Amino acid sequence: MSKGSGDKAAEIRRLMATEGPAIEENTKGFNRKRREAVADLENYEELRTRAREIKEDAIDRLPELIEQLREAVEDNGGNLYVADDAEDANRYIREVAAEQGADSVVKSKSMTTEELEVNDALETDGVDVVETDLGEWVVQLADETPSHLIAPAIHRSQESIAELFEEMFDPADPPETADELTSFAREKLGERIRDADIGMTGANFVTADSGTLAIVTSEGNARKCAVAPDTHVAVTGVEKILPSTDELSPFLELLARSGTGQDLTAYVSLLTPPVDTPTVDFDDDETPLSEREADREFHLVLIDNGRMAMREDDQLRETLYCIRCGQCANSCANFQHVGGHAFGGETYSGGIGTGWEAGIEGLDTAAEFNDFCTGCSRCVNGCPTKIDIPWINTVVRDRVNRGAEPEGYDFLVEGLTPDEEPGGLDLDKRLFGNFETLAKLGSATAPVSNWIADAAPARWALERVAGVDARRDLPEFQRETLVDWFERRVSTVPDPTREVVLYPDVYTNHVQVDRGKAAVEVLEALGVSVRVPDVRSSGRAPLSQGMIATAEDHAHDVYGALAEHLDAGRDVVVIEPSDLAMFDREYGKFLPEASAERLREHSYEIMEYVYGLLENGADAGALRGSDGEGVAYHAHCQQRTLGLEAHTVAVLEDLGYDVSTSDVECCGMAGSFGYKDTYYELSMDVGDDLAEQFSTTETRDRTVVASGTSCLEQLDALLSRPSTHPVELIAP
Amino acid sequence: MATTTTNPTLSTFEESLADLGVDSTRTTAEAFGETLADIVRDPAVGVPLPFDVEYPEGVTVDPTPADLERAATGVTPASYGVANYGSVLLPTTDTGAELVSLYPTLHVPVVRADDILPDLPEAIDRFGDAARGEDLSAVVATGPSATADMGELVLGAHGPEAVHVVMLDE
Repeated sequence: MSKGSGDKAAEIRRLMATEGPAIEENTKGFNRKRREAVADLENYEELRTRAREIKEDAIDRLPELIEQLREAVEDNGGNLYVADDAEDANRYIREVAAEQGADSVVKSKSMTTEELEVNDALETDGVDVVETDLGEWVVQLADETPSHLIAPAIHRSQESIAELFEEMFDPADPPETADELTSFAREKLGERIRDADIGMTGANFVTADSGTLAIVTSEGNARKCAVAPDTHVAVTGVEKILPSTDELSPFLELLARSGTGQDLTAYVSLLTPPVDTPTVDFDDDETPLSEREADREFHLVLIDNGRMAMREDDQLRETLYCIRCGQCANSCANFQHVGGHAFGGETYSGGIGTGWEAGIEGLDTAAEFNDFCTGCSRCVNGCPTKIDIPWINTVVRDRVNRGAEPEGYDFLVEGLTPDEEPGGLDLDKRLFGNFETLAKLGSATAPVSNWIADAAPARWALERVAGVDARRDLPEFQRETLVDWFERRVSTVPDPTREVVLYPDVYTNHVQVDRGKAAVEVLEALGVSVRVPDVRSSGRAPLSQGMIATAEDHAHDVYGALAEHLDAGRDVVVIEPSDLAMFDREYGKFLPEASAERLREHSYEIMEYVYGLLENGADAGALRGSDGEGVAYHAHCQQRTLGLEAHTVAVLEDLGYDVSTSDVECCGMAGSFGYKDTYYELSMDVGDDLAEQFSTTETRDRTVVASGTSCLEQLDALLSRPSTHPVELIAP
Repeated sequence: MATTTTNPTLSTFEESLADLGVDSTRTTAEAFGETLADIVRDPAVGVPLPFDVEYPEGVTVDPTPADLERAATGVTPASYGVANYGSVLLPTTDTGAELVSLYPTLHVPVVRADDILPDLPEAIDRFGDAARGEDLSAVVATGPSATADMGELVLGAHGPEAVHVVMLDE
């Protein structure tokens, strides 16, 4: 049986059908509002930089800050307990409940308490626990788990909540509208809060100088949970400590914007407990509030549960900078279609969920959903603390690969896979990770290699052995590579304005050779002298499979091959955006800083380079212009993260094309992702958003252009009309 | 919005409140009682205000918990306003300001017009001094309580569904 009809594919299919529509609508709404909100914020980048610095410093000084916080909390009259793990935390909280003789606890939303499963622990002792955040209450009633970091019931529609309430409570007049459902919940939960013995909250930030908790909410339930009962237990991860209240502002200004696109949520509680608010007994009709006691008890339970070990881990440490805004889920095309019940672990979901689950639960849990991150990088620019979320996913994938036991079939690819990876690597990962070797062999034996690869028995074997979905067309290798073609070609540009090395990325060199030829022609037409040396592939393919050592090996070779060209003052021009993104982002982790910076500074995306040439006086008349031809353009995900979509649009518009752009985060193919039979249907579902945008009455007659290889392959699968790279459109 | 103002911070605050759908009224110490009487929904409760003003007769000052639970309006002081967000910083007091600002469906924060600060960092700076010095607790409140968990945005989840800010010229 292939994986395409296996358990995981079936579960993805089920979630796409049931929870997908509500998740898609809600996450895309958050994502759109976030983009608008941060665009309006003048000092957005400054705030991100500041937030990052503060987190780096706070995590670095964490042991010292914990002690400072302990002193502040105890001075204020509260208690601080650092729990080693979930069991330790639950034991402490159960003891507090027992000492209070508590039989009911009301809670405001806290992912950290989900991590502890504290509700189950308290219920063992007969303590009744009620979630008071409306979404969290829905999840509790339905006996589900949160599907999103900040919007736990994001997978449920209004109708399904109405049905749930009717089923659970059988009310005389069942609530249906959002207003009615909210009033119903408010009333039910109001009674529970009124009678509760203990209120439990989380905390988004805790300041070591004053012992203040910052709790960011909209509904007001955290405010009630903290003051209606006499005892307040706050539970939060050790990483939430900030040195002082002076550091709060950047986070408060970024958190809601990054999550839901609001400037601020309705309430930011800044509690320095035990608070002065008098305790309340709503049946008391005698004593004015000012004469009532404020006899309150406060416990702050800080959770380690793997975090102090993450702090010592050079790769996972960044995860601790996460402020749980949910941006990386909202901006993720895969998450938008399946939600956190697929793209999530025991507690945490979305791109950063991988880091949390790896650190808290372990690699096995992270391995179950880590593949949903395709490394598209659309979450990177929106992370309020600048966490390299794709890198964390890559690191975890690498560790999962290395932890795996060798299985069968390895002998089949041994000769084809000259990589640096251990024997247990999944065969599909090894196959896609060594794409360059395959491509070389494919070109050398084309067209026979294409005929064989496409033959039914070969496709059956590929799917069965390596999980390559038989519904996908395979890349068609060209017999003559770009490098070969260029070598045989006489190329002279008199008095060149610039000298360029056109980087022969593996796709352009072996598969989409025509776009390489078009790039050479465009550059030469603009007076640039071009070289196409035989340089190794960038390492993007192995990196996306989590084969970090192999990718690093590529980085050293590529830099070695390009260094002399850089010394000679030549610019490096790249056609494939994912390879340029490698140079720009990941090479910084593999090469000495000066080398990475040098390559980054002198590398350009082809259309970005054309834009620069035209801006500097090159003759646009040398290119193929148009008199208003309609173009539908999909920029590559990583290209957009690098801020290079606008250059292509500007060049096309300068040349007289009428350009309409897509606004989906990703085409869904994402390199090898869409080829894998487990993910084929998800990939097509994500791609359908793009297909829809390019099939409206306004766009359906436009010429389709896209910058990435896999985007072009996906568009070919999605649309009946052909698609092409923009440089082919403008080639003379 | 009664009085026109030339103070740019104050007009930014008023605009931000309007964007949030929050009403605001500017008044003097002398006219405070009359202004407030027009704003509150009965029954109304309030906590003592640190300003030189008098509550109108209809407002129960320093209510019992049972009064509070029946109230439709709660009046509390705000230490500062934050102009660019339309937020108010509500200090927790031993007279129960946190409860009075939270339980009734209409919350009326009273802030001195001179205490409107341009942005959040300024308000947090001042809060920080008091948190360190006097263990102050406070809430930065921006508009009414809200939820989107039931399928669309609803005002008035667990807290007030409406807010009416009174700006006081002392």
